[in-house]
Amino acid sequence: MTDVTSIQTQARAMRLPKLGRVRVLVNAVIGMSGLLVLWWLGGRYVASNPNMMAFTNFAPTPTLARLVQMFASGEVVDMALPSLSRVGYGLLYATAIGVPMGILVGRGPRLNEITNVPFQFMRMISPLAWMPIAVMLFATWDAAIIFLITMAALWPILFSTAAGVKRIDPAWLKVARNLGANPFHMLFTVILPAIAVDVLMGIRLALGVAWIVLVPAEYLGVSSGLGYAINDARDTLDYSRLAATVVVIGMIGFTLDSLAGLLVKKFNWMRGGH
Amino acid sequence: MLTNPIPERQALRTLPRSGAHLAVRNLSHTYRWTQTPVLTDISFDVTPGEIVALLGRSGCGKSTLLHMISGLSQPSAGEVVIDGKTVTDSSPRWVFMFQSPSLLPWLTVAQNVAMGLKFTRRSFEVPQRVPEVLDLVEMGGYADRNVQDLSGGQKQRVALARSLAPKPEMLLLDEPFSALDAFTRRSLQSEVRDIARELGLTIVMVSHDVSEAVRMADRAILLDSDPGRLVKDVAITLNERERKNSDGRYHTELKTVMGMYSAIAGETMGPVLD
Ligand SMILES: Nc1ncnc2c1ncn2[C@@H]1O[C@H](COP(=O)(O)OP(=O)(O)O)[C@@H](O)[C@H]1O
Ligand SMILES: [Mg+2]
Repeated sequence: MTDVTSIQTQARAMRLPKLGRVRVLVNAVIGMSGLLVLWWLGGRYVASNPNMMAFTNFAPTPTLARLVQMFASGEVVDMALPSLSRVGYGLLYATAIGVPMGILVGRGPRLNEITNVPFQFMRMISPLAWMPIAVMLFATWDAAIIFLITMAALWPILFSTAAGVKRIDPAWLKVARNLGANPFHMLFTVILPAIAVDVLMGIRLALGVAWIVLVPAEYLGVSSGLGYAINDARDTLDYSRLAATVVVIGMIGFTLDSLAGLLVKKFNWMRGGH
Repeated sequence: MLTNPIPERQALRTLPRSGAHLAVRNLSHTYRWTQTPVLTDISFDVTPGEIVALLGRSGCGKSTLLHMISGLSQPSAGEVVIDGKTVTDSSPRWVFMFQSPSLLPWLTVAQNVAMGLKFTRRSFEVPQRVPEVLDLVEMGGYADRNVQDLSGGQKQRVALARSLAPKPEMLLLDEPFSALDAFTRRSLQSEVRDIARELGLTIVMVSHDVSEAVRMADRAILLDSDPGRLVKDVAITLNERERKNSDGRYHTELKTVMGMYSAIAGETMGPVLD
């Protein structure tokens, strides 16, 4: 959902003149309409095939009708809140660990060399692979899921922070020191503002990964959240609910990513974007 | 040494007291990793309010010497004494200016200039002091501008205002105008001299441009390289009018210093007639 290319595409869109922005919007609407048409065609195909009669509720019409109903009844909020809270805690812990570690790694070339290989190694382990360990390690399913999300979100934040710190102009630090800055000033006046964009871009990437890891993590143990809702709908053969939940996952993910994108833009001090 | 006594200072605004007295005593330096001596047994004095240029071709250790004077790094032997005290650390009482303005790009012009006051717990002086120094460098109308929108010369003016804001006693200039176009460089050279004299500031400036030294300094110290050592100390006895108009006496002085410089550097650096 969020990768470097999409960030770059959006950055380019932000720089387009007014007319260009309208064009981007029109094209986005065309793209979404295309997706709807494909979905509708799929539904038609399923409906016309006698072997797949059971799945007709996956089509857009029943799904969207169900979606409206779920929004109206508050069901969407009920199933999204536990998920959002898990992702929120996971991102919070990942930021609390990843930013200080990223600063240390970015500031110390020696530490960078020592940690680089183990970090890259850990990063390549799917967070879901930690599942059995997480379940043994934590008393509650909730804690285990938050741990998995933290493991997924940590690396993008850590690496992005470290890269930002490495790009800090050493002359800024010299000037600040010369003008009487203490370590507290160094951190809050120079280092943190300088890397704010990098940290937020890391959090945005982490959010994308966390949102993806969330659903399979919620298939286990817990009895709340979007992943649970999907499993539950499958078990009860309530396919319009299942499809509506999938749409909800996409909508929330897209919204969160866009909000993160706005934050990145707001904190980007560089002229013309990163 | 100083053949050209400093004339009566003009009325000081709310500005300093007198400049610092600098004494460099038998200073030698060898960088730990390369183990080749960069500076050997350098000694000289700079009296309060005096402007001294360190002249030498690039690589002779001028920047190294200036860093030692500022306290940003420590010499391997000898000492730097300012107003009777050995320098062991950097201080906002003597401010370093680099070739690059090194402004913090996420801050406005005024916020950059206020840095030193904030670091030294003098935020209460900001509302009065910042406009005052911005006026002094003729950047009064630019307080709320983004520093990334300024020209090279304007940035260097802001850097100068930032250096002046904490009321330093001495400025250390490391070829701060060498990246600017000839016209901007000329006007900044004469403005910095005027400001320093108005405020009674001591200046130690580094240059490889003889005409810059002759235009700005009361004294030129010529350094030879490999390893860097002091070979000549000449007074520049020009009055303000002669410096500004680059008239007959200026050219005589320039030729004299240029002759000494060429004998040492073994080549002519910079135009004789500028
Ligand atoms: N951090 C450093 N480590 C090792 N050698 C250095 C370092 N900085 C400068 N030097 C060497 O010291 C000498 C003087 O450098 P510098 O003071 O920058 O000269 P200048 O400012 O006169 O051009 C050069 O030979 C340079 O290569
Ligand atoms: Mg230099």
